[in-house]
Amino acid sequence: MEQFASLKRSKDGLPVRYLVVDDSVFARKNLARIVETFGGQVAGEAGDGMTAITEYERTNPDIVLMDITMPQMEGIEAAEKIVGQHPEARIVMVSSVGYQENIVAALQRGARHFVQKPVKPEVLYEVIKYVLGEDGAVANAARGGA
Amino acid sequence: MKMELIQPFINAADAVLAQGLESPTSIGNLSMEQEAYRRKGVAALVSLTGDIEGRVVFDLDTETAVRVASRYAGAELPESDELVRETVCELANQVTGNAITALNDQGFHFRVHPPVLHTSEHVPESSEDTEALVICFETASGSVFMNIALRYNVRREGEQAATTGG
Repeated sequence: MEQFASLKRSKDGLPVRYLVVDDSVFARKNLARIVETFGGQVAGEAGDGMTAITEYERTNPDIVLMDITMPQMEGIEAAEKIVGQHPEARIVMVSSVGYQENIVAALQRGARHFVQKPVKPEVLYEVIKYVLGEDGAVANAARGGA
Repeated sequence: MKMELIQPFINAADAVLAQGLESPTSIGNLSMEQEAYRRKGVAALVSLTGDIEGRVVFDLDTETAVRVASRYAGAELPESDELVRETVCELANQVTGNAITALNDQGFHFRVHPPVLHTSEHVPESSEDTEALVICFETASGSVFMNIALRYNVRREGEQAATTGG
């Protein structure tokens, strides 16, 4: 898998921390592998919207990657509840269903962006850079050797 | 079953498989089935409700499912690994999601339900007048079968007929 220049938190230079929410274990593992190529760290995982809310409280991640179609509570509703409690939350919806109504509904209810599955790592990377804004920094790829 | 309903699924499957497996796919056998579907191996079923109703089944023989899942995972997986079944479900989810995105752009509205692993030998027929189209995608990892049985919702057809005076 392609390796990207590390995205760090600009405030402390630490890896960006992600909460990955998807009812598919396969999708969660795939997203985890992708964000690790960005130099990120998976702070938590959830398989449904209800768990996503409690995991957000527990992990306080920099970015949430949230599926839409999930059991118990769907992703858009969970995003709305998280943003209601934490207006600073950065939630990126990641779904195979990418029609306009879904995207608009997600953005109106607090999501910052939308990425369609299957996820192209280069697309997700650019979206995360955009969503982090000044709170994210691309680490210098060149390492100073002795 | 009209081709305008099927084509988005073919396009989506082709794109999702080619991207995920990082190799081109080709369409092999294409056939119509009117009998109850018989499962080949690891199968995931996605139901659709709304303007278009029915179901889509993704079915891979066990060896192919293991190869596909291993390819996605980047490591050899044993047949018993839950990730093998999860991979087939997520493939079904991605293909169906991409297809209904295209159909939504054409004005169809519906709901896609989360994929479920299909474990019994036969898939229940979605309606008495629905026939299934079975499309075989040849991939570098083996054959992937997509079985589609869809029909227009009767209520929507009635509304369309009313607006056109038919």
